[in-house]
Amino acid sequence: MSTLLRRGTPLTSTGIVLVLLALSLVVGFVLTAVEGRNFLSSGNISALLTGISILGFIAIGQTLVILVGSLDLSVPYVVSLVSVLAAGTMAGQDGNVLPAVLLALAVAAVIGLVNGAIVAYLGVHGFIATLGTGLVVSGYLATNYQGSHGSAPRSFRLVGATQVGPVPLSTLILLGCAVLVVLMLRRTRVGHHLYAVGGNREVARLSGIRTSVPVLVAHTLSSVLAALAGLLLLARLSVGSPTIGSQGDYDLMSIAAVVLGGTLLAGGKGNVVGTLAGVAIFSVLDNVMGVMGVSAFLQDVVRGLVIVVAVAVYARREIDRRPARFERPTGLDAALQEAK
Amino acid sequence: MTTTSHTSTDGTPGAPAAPAGAVVLRASGLTKSFAGHTVLADVDLELRAGQVLGLVGENGAGKSTLMKILAGVHSPDAGTVEIGGETVTFSHPVQAQQAGLSTVFQEFNLLPERTVAENVYLGREPRRRGLVDVERMQRDTDELLAGLGVTGLRAGQRVRTLSVAEQQLVEIAKAVSYDARVIQMDEPTAALAEHEVELLYSVIARLTARGVAIVYVSHRLKEIFDLCDTITVLKDGRQVTTRPATDLDDAELVRLMVGRSISSFFPDPLPGTEVGEPLLELRGAGNGYVDGVDLTLRAGEVVGIAGLQGSGRTELLEAVFGVRPLTRGTMRIGGHDVRPRSPRAAIRAGLAMVTEDRKATGLALNQTILDNALGVVRAVFPRRTGAARRELPGLLSSLEVSARAMDQEVQFLSGGNQQKVVLARWLTTEPRVVLMDEPTRGIDVGAKHSIYELMRALAARGVAVLMVSSELPEVIGMSDRIVVMRDGRVAGELPAGSTEEQVLQVATGVTGEASA
Repeated sequence: MSTLLRRGTPLTSTGIVLVLLALSLVVGFVLTAVEGRNFLSSGNISALLTGISILGFIAIGQTLVILVGSLDLSVPYVVSLVSVLAAGTMAGQDGNVLPAVLLALAVAAVIGLVNGAIVAYLGVHGFIATLGTGLVVSGYLATNYQGSHGSAPRSFRLVGATQVGPVPLSTLILLGCAVLVVLMLRRTRVGHHLYAVGGNREVARLSGIRTSVPVLVAHTLSSVLAALAGLLLLARLSVGSPTIGSQGDYDLMSIAAVVLGGTLLAGGKGNVVGTLAGVAIFSVLDNVMGVMGVSAFLQDVVRGLVIVVAVAVYARREIDRRPARFERPTGLDAALQEAK
Repeated sequence: MTTTSHTSTDGTPGAPAAPAGAVVLRASGLTKSFAGHTVLADVDLELRAGQVLGLVGENGAGKSTLMKILAGVHSPDAGTVEIGGETVTFSHPVQAQQAGLSTVFQEFNLLPERTVAENVYLGREPRRRGLVDVERMQRDTDELLAGLGVTGLRAGQRVRTLSVAEQQLVEIAKAVSYDARVIQMDEPTAALAEHEVELLYSVIARLTARGVAIVYVSHRLKEIFDLCDTITVLKDGRQVTTRPATDLDDAELVRLMVGRSISSFFPDPLPGTEVGEPLLELRGAGNGYVDGVDLTLRAGEVVGIAGLQGSGRTELLEAVFGVRPLTRGTMRIGGHDVRPRSPRAAIRAGLAMVTEDRKATGLALNQTILDNALGVVRAVFPRRTGAARRELPGLLSSLEVSARAMDQEVQFLSGGNQQKVVLARWLTTEPRVVLMDEPTRGIDVGAKHSIYELMRALAARGVAVLMVSSELPEVIGMSDRIVVMRDGRVAGELPAGSTEEQVLQVATGVTGEASA
């Protein structure tokens, strides 16, 4: 989106994230070079992009849910469920791929609808609603599946392996989804209403908006996008796994990426481009730390610090909207003012 | 007669403006009560195209209820509303807007993070081939604004970046975009500066020239006489009179509104009240929001702070109370240098602050009266909690809190009773200086009066009261001195008994320096 640095226009949150991403790319390039490796080798670029795609799908969906003022904690279990359901249905047969994919998407859509309905009609906050449905799915998985399940045929595994130059096919699918979601947010009524309901439900209601619709749409899309992530994981691993979603911490990592991308956790403000930049920042961090041989625990520490610092910066911008009248801003304030 | 310069978004041509003089709105016998308390009784209105009807009355007279009934927010218990000759009943505000009646409330229904155009067309975004036609939405909005004679406001601007006056214009543009035949405006100038008021006047003139009828609610009599053709006076939910504006003058209107002289509504200082030593002194005090403030508040005084919205009134109280700590100058409480860095420090130093928004910052709504009333004491003076607990029933009954029991949650109390709980919450800390920000906002006349009496009683006990209010009659009626703020500074100080005009002159800085 055209939120890049136009001269004289203050930087938006998305602008900050993009700057941060550019910065992390530069740092990544330098640090990788210090290790004697090429950050921009086609192998590394493809590794970076692969790292983006799984979390990318989930984070796009999470963006929608957060924009509308809700949360989706059920995504990891949807990912796992889709992975075993699709793998079981495929059972290694090429002819079963299409029915398996459709089944997976349909099941995910139903879970999303249920999440949305609980939030919209029962007035339960998304945090609790999706925690509940997530536990239900998780219990179902634990009862019915032990260890890996089913298998993906070669034709389906190709989705995970195909590359166009250094760009994996999965990244292209992700970008396609991102474009569609951006189009929805900017060019459809339901997209506009999603912002309205997340911004102020009462204002939306008084403007004649049926406030349940955007909530249902956001939750359904979130689950469906999580299902795409699940299918992609299946294509890469070739077998279904009932724990693949929870191992990835996709619920909290996707929320972190969304918030890192400048979307307000309270809803009503934010966009998908920021989210993708947030996911990319995580991918670059992981990549660089992997090259440098940083221990897994330390990697978590770094990720945690990045999240906290970024959100603290945004929070500072949000806390005080009444502009100061008399004092010259301090250095940090000046930078932040500039960034507004 | 000009017609509106745009078409409505659903594709039908804009409703033709009614011929001048035709009745566009007729309400008869409107009655409404809440919880057995009648707030509106048998009110009739008639409004012709191109006419401006002034609706005046004290707070609690029923103006808001009347507006909300017409706007479709409340349904009347009895009575009918006709728009353009057809009887209408609304169960939702959007129905009223579609019927041609839009309302610009004091609290705007805008999304701060969305653009002007997105707000104007919220819920009925124009579409082309299924997709929202953003360009057309922006173009139409720019045309709407241009049609209102508004310049310098663009459709693509984010509402958060706009001034209050500009946000109001967005609301008016939204109303016009519904092809409104009647627009209600609730205190539209309450937050505007002088030149912004003129812009509003010119917008209203353009609207009436198109045949739009306006219901104009204001307590500024000058505006009522400037703008209105007809004036309806409400008092205690009843219609006192409806007359052509030319048949009325200021004094007569005030008499009809108040029904008693102002001096008895605002109690005089109690006998035996003595103005004593300075309790709060500011010298050159400032932070990012206020600057160069000199102020002395003595024991037994009630001092009012007047000023336009955004003039730094609330910010001054917040600075004193350590919410936005002072960074310059000196502050003394009871003769000791104190510059509180936090509300906790301020409370320890003997300050109390009744905030502007009792629901957001004054009370924990889902907690009981007891817990709210003891909230501050428990947190700051734990050793005094026991005593405060024992004295609480007496304190509450002296405040005339009408509640069934102390374990009732405050969210179920009326605004007036909630405000009394806020006061109890602070009085239990035995403060020496009480800061009050809009202490009577949104509460009924009876509760107002008892809060005024409480302020006098506090003064008589040697407490100093510093009150911020947007209601000039209140500032003038209650203050021993009036401090007027403008642009974050003290613009002047006026003695008790100054007129509204004098206060406004200093507040706006328009003519002369009336500082005393």
